[in-house]
Amino acid sequence: MRRFPTAGAPHLPPPTRVRGVMATVLLALLPGIAAHAWYFGPGIVVQIALATAFALGFEAMMLRVRGVPAAPFLGDLSAPVTAVLYALCIPPLTPWWITLLAMATAIVLAKHLYGGLGRNLFNPAMAGYATALVCFPHALSQWLAPAPLATHALAFGDTLSAIFLGHLPPGLDLDTLAQATPLDAVRTLARQGMTMPEIRANPMFGDFGGKGWEWIANAYALGGLALWWRRVIGWQVPVAVLGTTILLTLPFWLADPDLHPFPLQHVFSGGLMLGAWFVATDPVTGCTTPRGRLLFGAGVAVLTLAIRRWGAYPDGVAFAVLIMNGAAPLIDRLTPPRAYGHGHA
Amino acid sequence: MAVNLRESPSMRIHRFHGGMRLDLRKQAALARPIRACPLPPELAIPLATRGEAPARALVAHGQRVRRGEAIGRAGDAHGTTLHASTSGTVVAVEPRPLADAEVREGLCVVIEPDGADEWLRLPPIADWRAAPRELLLERLRDAGTVGLGGGAFPSAIKLAAAQPTLIVNGAECEPYVACDEALLRERAEEVVAGAALLAHVLGAARTFIAVEDAMPEALAALEIALHDAPFAGAALAAVPTRYPEGGERQLIRALTGREVPSGGLPQDIGIVCHNVATAAAAWRAVARGEALTSRIVTVTGAGVAEPGNFEARIGTSLEWLVAQAGGYTARAARLLAGGPMMGIALPHDGVPVSAATHCVLVLADHDLHDDAPELPCIRCGECARVCPAQLLPQQLLADLCADDLAGAQAHALADCIECGLCAYACPSHIPLLDWYRWGKAELRAQGDARARADAARGRFLARESRLARERAERLQRSAAKRADAAASAQPGAPTSPISKDAVLAAIARARAKKRPPPAGGAPKDGA
Ligand code: SF4
Ligand code: SF4
Repeated sequence: MRRFPTAGAPHLPPPTRVRGVMATVLLALLPGIAAHAWYFGPGIVVQIALATAFALGFEAMMLRVRGVPAAPFLGDLSAPVTAVLYALCIPPLTPWWITLLAMATAIVLAKHLYGGLGRNLFNPAMAGYATALVCFPHALSQWLAPAPLATHALAFGDTLSAIFLGHLPPGLDLDTLAQATPLDAVRTLARQGMTMPEIRANPMFGDFGGKGWEWIANAYALGGLALWWRRVIGWQVPVAVLGTTILLTLPFWLADPDLHPFPLQHVFSGGLMLGAWFVATDPVTGCTTPRGRLLFGAGVAVLTLAIRRWGAYPDGVAFAVLIMNGAAPLIDRLTPPRAYGHGHA
Repeated sequence: MAVNLRESPSMRIHRFHGGMRLDLRKQAALARPIRACPLPPELAIPLATRGEAPARALVAHGQRVRRGEAIGRAGDAHGTTLHASTSGTVVAVEPRPLADAEVREGLCVVIEPDGADEWLRLPPIADWRAAPRELLLERLRDAGTVGLGGGAFPSAIKLAAAQPTLIVNGAECEPYVACDEALLRERAEEVVAGAALLAHVLGAARTFIAVEDAMPEALAALEIALHDAPFAGAALAAVPTRYPEGGERQLIRALTGREVPSGGLPQDIGIVCHNVATAAAAWRAVARGEALTSRIVTVTGAGVAEPGNFEARIGTSLEWLVAQAGGYTARAARLLAGGPMMGIALPHDGVPVSAATHCVLVLADHDLHDDAPELPCIRCGECARVCPAQLLPQQLLADLCADDLAGAQAHALADCIECGLCAYACPSHIPLLDWYRWGKAELRAQGDARARADAARGRFLARESRLARERAERLQRSAAKRADAAASAQPGAPTSPISKDAVLAAIARARAKKRPPPAGGAPKDGA
């Protein structure tokens, strides 16, 4: 008679692991990062490195404080995903200490004080970004002009000194380099009474969104589609976010194209594409039921549009996601799927 | 006779929710034809099953038995008959370890084979098409025909009521398990004959014989067999190979588009499912008078040297069986009764093959290798996406972690078919299935406790009311006696000096006096 150790079923090792999922997300963000670097220079790379270092540092610290073994959690790559998503939201020359503050908020407050991986109610990246935005609205609106419109291209060393020391090369200052984002421009100019076609005549606009911006959005969509194809995300959230945005803005635009932006302009502006594919799809803070995900996505779109239209900030994706995060547990409870053998079939 | 050989292309195969394509790994076991497992030096035939009633042996120590002779009745509610699987001498009737997750030990009749392998057959019912169904049902009961797909449920019970649709299930869904495919490749005619028999017993108008589309040889063999022995209403169906397609509920959905109601049985929607091996065994029991004494077992995995399918006697120890498959390899690391998704890990190989043992899987250490630790649930929803019961496994997990059994019940824990897909798909490697099995056991225990409490309360209440009634009657009798006495002593006085009110008051006083002091733990809700 031979003895064997026992274990519960199933007995095949699972084909996926959290690290793999997170690594896929990071890979899917690469096109977006590349496009971002192409249009806005090497700042994004510095910001990603910086944010990742801070995020991992805070993660290690919090795991220690909580007395949790650090190794499996530091390797799960969830902190780098948070860092990258945050870095993609901020202007490339944002001072380093804002990133430090944002990562502290994201990892310490939003993630670990809620119980760490899987337990956080709010998306850490968005919590970090929103905090930074509320505290330093001016610094976080200093976007550079995208490559085709930029008058100066900053070298890597200049970028570093701008981020860490706040020094720009002689003869330059942020106000010369910076340009209002297309969303900002639409908002300000529309408030000055300009019609949409007049606004869009500005060379900063491309086919749908702003020049450069729309291509970054395309790159996000590409990465997002890859995630869907790899089954890391479901179709519900992106479809709901983008579909609701279009459906909601279409009638306004049809009624008065002078006053209201073209629906696709909404889609390709600001953080909507990133939000639709990478942020609102965050499993931990989103909904898990299929119908819940549709509602969640629709909610993000409606709130984003409302904030863009009436809010104090030009873009509202981060706030919209955070608000919907709060509603997600309730939505999940209200939208259970029909189990096999329950009800008609 | 015009018979629909293969279901016309118009037959729609419905999709069930979730499921996954798994790496099948059946080839190793199918490389050789079915081998007869030689008689071991000793056969321990398990009598006990999961039922509550004690199993009963019909033979005594030292008694000679022949193959097919009844030796015991199972401890299940139906008293399934068990048979000697060869001729020999009963050397022991004692509890032995079993290959069952819930019943670790159970009564076995141990037989030492005499090598003659002499049969004691029941009279064959060659002309079963003309036989009354009662006779056939009785035969299946006597022959101990039970489900060979893993459930070992008595077949006669499922056939008791006539149903319009029969599904003969050859869609083996778990990886590695290949006993049904081997049977279909080599003995498709027995399966088809068995399907015709079961359809006849059920009075079924429609019979689906279902295999997976990844079994072309089995399908071809079935086509030939059905061509040679057609019967009305029969149709072959190739369902997509997608775990757990062979699950009863999933297969019903795939073939008919209908769902078995929650908590119900396929019979509730006019369907009965039988495994292909069960059909063949039923046919043998009827047409040849052979009781269930053996079954085909897949012995496979990287932990055995020569994987294959074996026709093994019930009661053969796994140790012997694995030895016939060339023994263990150096890397053998886990012994399973069943497939890799739902199988039970056994602590040792000293357990016998039962009717439910369809697969003995020995996994090697490299199959199990997984260094990623368990992480918290990240709510990715992967488990819900693959769950064939359309549950929210992550929600069930949250309920069970919070000890919220009522919540788990509300989230339909009872509808979990324990397919194991959620745990397999979970990127956080949470042993979800372990949680659900635990939760179900807790709910069962709770249900039992509640049933016991209800029964106890019922007994208590019945006793209380009986006592109260008796006291009332006693009081009434004595009151009536006193009244009689008073009436006879004082003629002309009011007939009843004791009013009804007084009697009731006396009852109340007596009751108050007689009520036992409220002892600790005694139920107080006697009202
Ligand atoms: S698959 Fe695992 S991690 Fe994902 S939701 Fe289900 S239980 Fe949670
Ligand atoms: S084990 Fe249960 S909960 Fe998990 S996938 Fe299978 S049926 Fe669904």
